[in-house]
Amino acid sequence: MLVQYLPFLVLFIVAVAFAGGAMVLSRLLGPKRPSATKLEPYESGMVPIGGTRGRFPIRFYLVALLFILFDIEIIFLYPWAVIFLEAGAARVFLFFEILVFLGVITVGYVYIWRKGALDWE
Amino acid sequence: MRIPVDPSDWLILIPEFILLGTAIAILMIDAFAKAASDRSSPWISLAGTAGAIVAAVFLWGNPLSGFGGMIVNDDFGVLVSTAILTGTALAVLISVDYVRREELPAGEYYALILLSTIGMLLMVSSANLIMIFLSLEVLSIALYVLTGFARMRPRSQEAGMKYFLLGSFSAAILVYGVALIYGATGTVDLQSIADELISPGVLGNPVLLAGAGLVLVGLGFKVAAVPFQMWTPDVYEGAPSTVAAFMSIGSKAAAFAALVRVLIFAMGGLRPEWLAAVWVIAALTMTVGNLVAIAQDNIKRMLAYSSIAHAGYILVAVAAANRLGLQSIPFYLIAYAFMNLGAWAVVTAVTRKGEEAVGLSDYSGLFWSHPVLAGSMGLFMFALAGIPPTAGFTAKIYVFMAAVAADMIGLLIIAIVTTIISAYFYLRVTVIMFMERPAEPPVVTVPTPLAVAIAVAAAGTIWLFLFPGVTQSFTDTVARLL
Amino acid sequence: MIAELVIFIILGTVAVATGVAVILSKNPVHAVLFLVINFFSVAMFYLVLSAQFVAFLQILVYAGAIMVLFLFVVMLLNLTGAIESVQDKLPAQKWVGLALGIALLLEAGVVTAAGVFRQVPAAPPPSPNFGTSAPVGVKLFFDYLLPFEVTSVLLLIAIVGSIVLARRRTY
Repeated sequence: MLVQYLPFLVLFIVAVAFAGGAMVLSRLLGPKRPSATKLEPYESGMVPIGGTRGRFPIRFYLVALLFILFDIEIIFLYPWAVIFLEAGAARVFLFFEILVFLGVITVGYVYIWRKGALDWE
Repeated sequence: MRIPVDPSDWLILIPEFILLGTAIAILMIDAFAKAASDRSSPWISLAGTAGAIVAAVFLWGNPLSGFGGMIVNDDFGVLVSTAILTGTALAVLISVDYVRREELPAGEYYALILLSTIGMLLMVSSANLIMIFLSLEVLSIALYVLTGFARMRPRSQEAGMKYFLLGSFSAAILVYGVALIYGATGTVDLQSIADELISPGVLGNPVLLAGAGLVLVGLGFKVAAVPFQMWTPDVYEGAPSTVAAFMSIGSKAAAFAALVRVLIFAMGGLRPEWLAAVWVIAALTMTVGNLVAIAQDNIKRMLAYSSIAHAGYILVAVAAANRLGLQSIPFYLIAYAFMNLGAWAVVTAVTRKGEEAVGLSDYSGLFWSHPVLAGSMGLFMFALAGIPPTAGFTAKIYVFMAAVAADMIGLLIIAIVTTIISAYFYLRVTVIMFMERPAEPPVVTVPTPLAVAIAVAAAGTIWLFLFPGVTQSFTDTVARLL
Repeated sequence: MIAELVIFIILGTVAVATGVAVILSKNPVHAVLFLVINFFSVAMFYLVLSAQFVAFLQILVYAGAIMVLFLFVVMLLNLTGAIESVQDKLPAQKWVGLALGIALLLEAGVVTAAGVFRQVPAAPPPSPNFGTSAPVGVKLFFDYLLPFEVTSVLLLIAIVGSIVLARRRTY
């Protein structure tokens, strides 16, 4: 059974080897003439100001949190979609089952929408 | 593919559906008409809870099992559900003015209370370890949010954080226990586990014992049994008083129902093995809860330790695992719902905005300015101490009788001694209220819904003492399950 | 069998090493990135155990969504300077924790060596498509219908709770 995943393993190894090889090779073969300007991080061609670890606004956090919750909702749909076509007579049952599930979560969606949590301002 | 649902399966869930519909209605009103929601949501939730109580009582005497044995409706479950719903209804009543005073978002508050109650009811009727875990999460996550609900108060946020971290950890321990039980028996269905236990190979399996132990730890955390009680005082102190009142009944009752189902119904055959553990936990819980309560100057922390101690008495009944024990657990929980919520209602009345005036000294001379309020508080303190004429006395007598019937004299002695010790700190509150005369009278407001809640709680506390038979006949049918 | 053992040893080493690296990293961003590798190796464990659907959930939800959230939190708080200044109020707990951890490890070793887990009845060999999304779906939407629906209530609570606790002002 695990053998089925052998192509994935090969692909993974090739990907890692390609990315890693490119980095190693360019380091070995490429000419290096560093100067202070060249070593600066690139920031749209401007002279960089301040550290890279600036503080993020808290809104990102709320967005990420809501993303996870709806991500989990979507994941339940995945096996549902896979079995739905083969379900035969049980399809009606499956349909209403997922409708109840989505209905409860849609209440949450309408709630966050009306509360303005989706507005960026 | 076989559709695994009968129409009758949904019957068992009518109380839960009523609560879910009410919670959704509150959320939607809050989303579309904020002003209307602030006014109406307590009354809508009260109506929903009342409907759920009616539905639960309607299910009385109909042994049902649904969703492939995932959930059951039996008389034990109905009684514990009644205790929980009583707690919810009273908690909603004492919240009406509290939520307004503390400027908490009303719609979310009542919606989360109801959603948490759904988790509690589901946990009571769960007959499957997966369902027990899932409903535990439903009730707990709502409670974590409610604990940190007063966002302007750092204490509340801190309590929410602590409760969340420790609660998640205990839930993880519970799941690990479920996994081990599944590994040993090959099933998560409580009835099938009970059937599996007949074979001697399974009975002595250390993996099963380890699983049972971990489940005991996970549920012990929820009922606040020593040594898993560390979170209780901080959470009860930091959480809004009304939330502390709500969870002191609901999550305790739900977790006890699950504990009874797992330990007695499913693993009754393992009693010789788990008895020692439950015995020690019960003894520790009664002793530590009551002794540490003596040292508290903050009424919320004192009630937290009192709630720990009461978990110990109920654990005595669990350890007894006999007919009387099974009868006394629902009775104890219903009595506790009345007397404990009554006490919390008075605390809510005495505290001022921002959870001030929670020291015991704030109660000095309360009787001389508010005789009825102080009188009710005295009644609830008598009840919690187990002094007649209150339901607390009857409940303790039942537990003691169960201990005698199970030949657990050692535990009985500890229970009696700690009850006597507990009288000290309960009566101290009464003494402070009646004996001392304050320089200036305390500022206390008793709005009508709060007064109603206190009256109902007081009436229930005395009524259950006068007519224990009302629940006695109920609990008889419970014991037949054994 | 040998192949599985080799895979297990490699994955186990990676999982434990990155797990230790997560708690030892001074830089929180590095800790989060080590956690990503850790989640990936756990996903591989699931794959070896024929829990294929769960393996991809692990990558989608944990290595994907939850790691993004972790990075946001790290950047929101930006604790670069604050971490060193945190005072350990209970210095003894580090050593007690270490001792208890070692005791737990020893206990687990002794229990395993004593053959306790061999008493667990062996599971029948899984069918070829065991653990893929179709059989998981059949289990979930038929046998575990009620837990599935209760999950929606759980998600609703989480949505309401995150808005209540994370919003900046009253909406």
